[in-house]
Amino acid sequence: MTEETKPVNPDKALDRRQFFTKLGLGSLSIAAAGTAAFAYQFLEPNVLYEPSPVVNAGKTDRYPLDSVTLDVNSGIYIIHSQEGYFSLSAVCTHLGCLTAWKPELGIIACPCHGSKFKQNGEKIEGPAPKPLPWKRIWLNDDGDLLVDRSTDVPPLQRESFVRV
Amino acid sequence: MATKTVDQYFDDLRGTRVWRSIFRSGTGSSTLKRALAIQQNVFLHLFSTKVRTRMLSFSATWYLGTLTLGTFLILVATGIPLMLYYHPSAPQAYADTKDLQFVVSSGLFLRNLHRWSAHAMVFLVFAHMFKVFYRGAYRPPREFNWVIGIVLLLITLLLSYTGYLLPWDQLAYWAITVGSNIASAVPLMGSKIHFLLLGGNAVNANALLRFYVLHCMILPLTAMFFVAIHFWRIRKDGGLYSHGSEPATLRAKTTVPSMEAQ
Repeated sequence: MTEETKPVNPDKALDRRQFFTKLGLGSLSIAAAGTAAFAYQFLEPNVLYEPSPVVNAGKTDRYPLDSVTLDVNSGIYIIHSQEGYFSLSAVCTHLGCLTAWKPELGIIACPCHGSKFKQNGEKIEGPAPKPLPWKRIWLNDDGDLLVDRSTDVPPLQRESFVRV
Repeated sequence: MATKTVDQYFDDLRGTRVWRSIFRSGTGSSTLKRALAIQQNVFLHLFSTKVRTRMLSFSATWYLGTLTLGTFLILVATGIPLMLYYHPSAPQAYADTKDLQFVVSSGLFLRNLHRWSAHAMVFLVFAHMFKVFYRGAYRPPREFNWVIGIVLLLITLLLSYTGYLLPWDQLAYWAITVGSNIASAVPLMGSKIHFLLLGGNAVNANALLRFYVLHCMILPLTAMFFVAIHFWRIRKDGGLYSHGSEPATLRAKTTVPSMEAQ
C-alpha cells in the first residue's frame, strides 16, 4: 500500500517541475547565446567603404635616385635606391602614427613616441617593436608604380624591388 | 486675522490635494515627516534618511563625490544642446565643431564648459578616490562600493576618450589612432577588439559614429546606472564612512594609537 504512494522518482528521473525548470533555463541559455552571436555579427561590418589598399604612385621619374618620398594620404614611402624602387609603410609599428623622413639625418622618425628607422625600414631604436614593413610594388602597363598596402614582402629581396 | 508668514503659505501648499497626490509625506517638520520625505521620493530614497551632522561638514568628505556628480550633471546639460548642432559624419563633424566655436550663439560657452567640466570630472574622480583611500573608507563593509567606484572611474576615462574624437581634427584623429592601437595589444583578440571598436581597419566614418553613440548614449546611461548603485550602497553600507562609526575591535586593529586620543 505505502509503496504505491511513494514518488516514482528515486534518483535519476526528473519530476515534472524540475523538467520544466530545466527546459526553461535551457531555452533561455540557448536564446542568450544566440543573441550574443547576433550582436557580435551585427557589430562587425560586412562592407567597408575604406580606400583601396592599392595605391597608384605615378611615374618612376617622379622619384630621383637616392630619394625617399612620403605620400601622406596613403601612408607609404616610395624609395628610389641603387637597387631599384621599393615601398615602405610609413605607419609606425608602435601605435600607428605617421612617420616622417628626416633628410638631414638620413632616418625615418616617428613624431609620437620617438621611434627611429633606417631608410630600408630597419629599426634603429625606440618603442616600435618591429621594422617598417616592405609593401608589394610593381609597374602597370602604363608605366605607373602601384603599391599594394595590404601585402607585405620580404625586405631587401630581389623581387621586392622594381627596376626600370 | 493674523497675516500668514511665508512658511505658512508653503504649509498650505503642501496641504493641497494636488501636492499630497504627488508627495505623500505631508506637512510638518517632525523627524518622522522629514525622514518620510526622503524615503518616499524616488530619487532621494537612494540616500540615508538620516546623516550624522559632522558627515555634512566640508572636512569629512571635501564634497568630492558630490562635486563629481555636479560636473557630470553639467556635462549632461551642456552635452545635449551641443548635440543639436553636431552631425557625427566625417564631412561635417569638423565644420560643425568650428560653427559651434565661432557661429552658434553661446556655442563657445557651452563647448568650453563641456570641455572644462570633463577635465574637472577626471580630476575630481581621482581626488575622490584618494580621499576615500587615505581615509580607509574603502574597507569592509564598503569594499563593494569601492569596486563600483573603479567601474565609474573606467567609464569616466572612456567618456573622455570617446569625446576626444568628436571634433574630428588632427589631434583627435591621431589620439584615437594611438589609443585604439593600444587596444590591439590585448592578447589573442586584440586586433578583433580594434576592428569592432573602430568598425573598420582605420579611424574612419564608422569609428566616428561608433564613438559618438558610445559617448552620447551607451556610456552616460551606464554611468547613471552605476552612480545609482554607488549612492544606494552608501546607505546600505551604513552611511558615509566616519572613523568613530567603526566597531571598536576593527578600530583597534587599524589605527595608530595617537589617533585614538582625538
